[in-house]
Amino acid sequence: MTLDFSVVTDAWQSLLFGTLGTLFLAFSGMLIAMFIGIAGVVILRMQMWLPSLLVTAFVEIVRNTPFLVQIFFVFFALPLAGIRLNPTMTAVIALGVNGGAYAIEIIRGGVESIPKGQTEAGLALGLHKHEVFRLIVLTPALRAIYPSLSSQFILLTLTTAICTSISAYELTSVGQRIEAETFRSFEVYFTLTGIYLVISLVTMWCLAAIGRWAFSYPQR
Amino acid sequence: MASMIEMQRIEKYYGAFHALKNINLTVAKGEKIVLCGPSGSGKSTLIRCINHLETIKSGEIVVAGHRLNDSQKAVDAVRREVGMVFQQFNLFPHKTVLENCILAPMRVRKLSRSEAEATARKYLERVRIGDQAEKYPAQLSGGQQQRVAIARALCMEPKAMLFDEPTSALDPEMVKEVLDTMVSLARDGMTMICVTHEMGFARQVADRVIFMADGQIIEENDPESFFRAPKHERTRAFLGEILAHH
Ligand SMILES: Nc1ncnc2c1ncn2[C@@H]1O[C@H](COP(=O)(O)OP(=O)(O)O)[C@@H](O)[C@H]1O
Ligand SMILES: [Mg+2]
Repeated sequence: MTLDFSVVTDAWQSLLFGTLGTLFLAFSGMLIAMFIGIAGVVILRMQMWLPSLLVTAFVEIVRNTPFLVQIFFVFFALPLAGIRLNPTMTAVIALGVNGGAYAIEIIRGGVESIPKGQTEAGLALGLHKHEVFRLIVLTPALRAIYPSLSSQFILLTLTTAICTSISAYELTSVGQRIEAETFRSFEVYFTLTGIYLVISLVTMWCLAAIGRWAFSYPQR
Repeated sequence: MASMIEMQRIEKYYGAFHALKNINLTVAKGEKIVLCGPSGSGKSTLIRCINHLETIKSGEIVVAGHRLNDSQKAVDAVRREVGMVFQQFNLFPHKTVLENCILAPMRVRKLSRSEAEATARKYLERVRIGDQAEKYPAQLSGGQQQRVAIARALCMEPKAMLFDEPTSALDPEMVKEVLDTMVSLARDGMTMICVTHEMGFARQVADRVIFMADGQIIEENDPESFFRAPKHERTRAFLGEILAHH
């Protein structure tokens, strides 16, 4: 058997756009996940039973079902709710919702790790609970869990490959198309493996840079 | 005599545990109280009730004319008048010294940034730490951090200050700088309740020393009489222990 990577090199433009598609899915998903993560923790902190129950149920459902099923669920549920989105935007939402559930768990842990004295100092100064959370607790809490959150986001980046199942525009679907046209399965997946590795490393580097920028204050 | 803080018939429970039993305490404007007693006797609980960090079961608390209840309005009014300094400093690690000091004045007192910074620099000078305004808490020694915490509280221009063992977490060589700051604050007429076992400080500035045990006020007196002739057996035992350690 001879290897022929020309099918891959010939398709470099498609692969590049596929890579950009994957990065788009990943970073949009992270933004939504971050938003859901913080919002979920804010809701949990209100300590009202029904909202807390809903958030907890959401987290447990997402964390105990396969992402493949979740993405189909979103894909078929949105139209029923009267929301028409293209597969790529649907994938962004599914990724964000999935990542958001994990982010809630992680961020909650971070918030719990902040000494109560921080909150008390804020309250004693006359700040209100929501100000204390936003201005005093949140940044140190995110710093405390930033490594876990980063790992979760790398996982989210790799999970984008599953979005090929609803034909979202990303690297794996591009690869599948090239494979279908050329039958050069090994060459295609060998290349995809390499590209995903690079995407992971670049994402890791970006997240680390963001972390250094956002959490530059010295810690004892 | 205008009273700054008034606590009447305070009962406080943590679950089934009776933490404060019939506490009656009136602190006059400008008065300095030192609160002492064995660990677990309810000293922190008592002062934390004053600014509603703890809620009481019954009794009445009036601070600078504001009657405290569970409404946000009453809590705001009281916290606006009372500063608190904690054992663990509790500076915000992600904010510089200056940012620590201007946060609440801007949010709560609605000062402009420049007004808040001017106030902050004034009080940072006052606790002799003006040159560290741009540093982060982690870059300061414990004594410096505690002085910043005092300045941060003063930036709200409170009418009274509560101190909860402000020197207990400090290395011995830093205790003095914090106590000196508190002494100078006392000299300027601040109303203060200090939970502390620094008996030298008590002798120097306290108008009254109060001894607590098991959630009750056991004894109170002017420092001279308190140390010379403690009336209760428990006070004598406590003082014996404290002085043996020093
Ligand atoms: N949040 C709490 N929940 C339950 N018990 C508490 C709580 N805070 C304090 N206590 C109890 O109340 C008692 C008084 O505590 P505290 O006021 O901190 O004492 P002190 O400051 O004199 O050492 C102690 O027995 C302590 O265990
Ligand atoms: Mg205490």
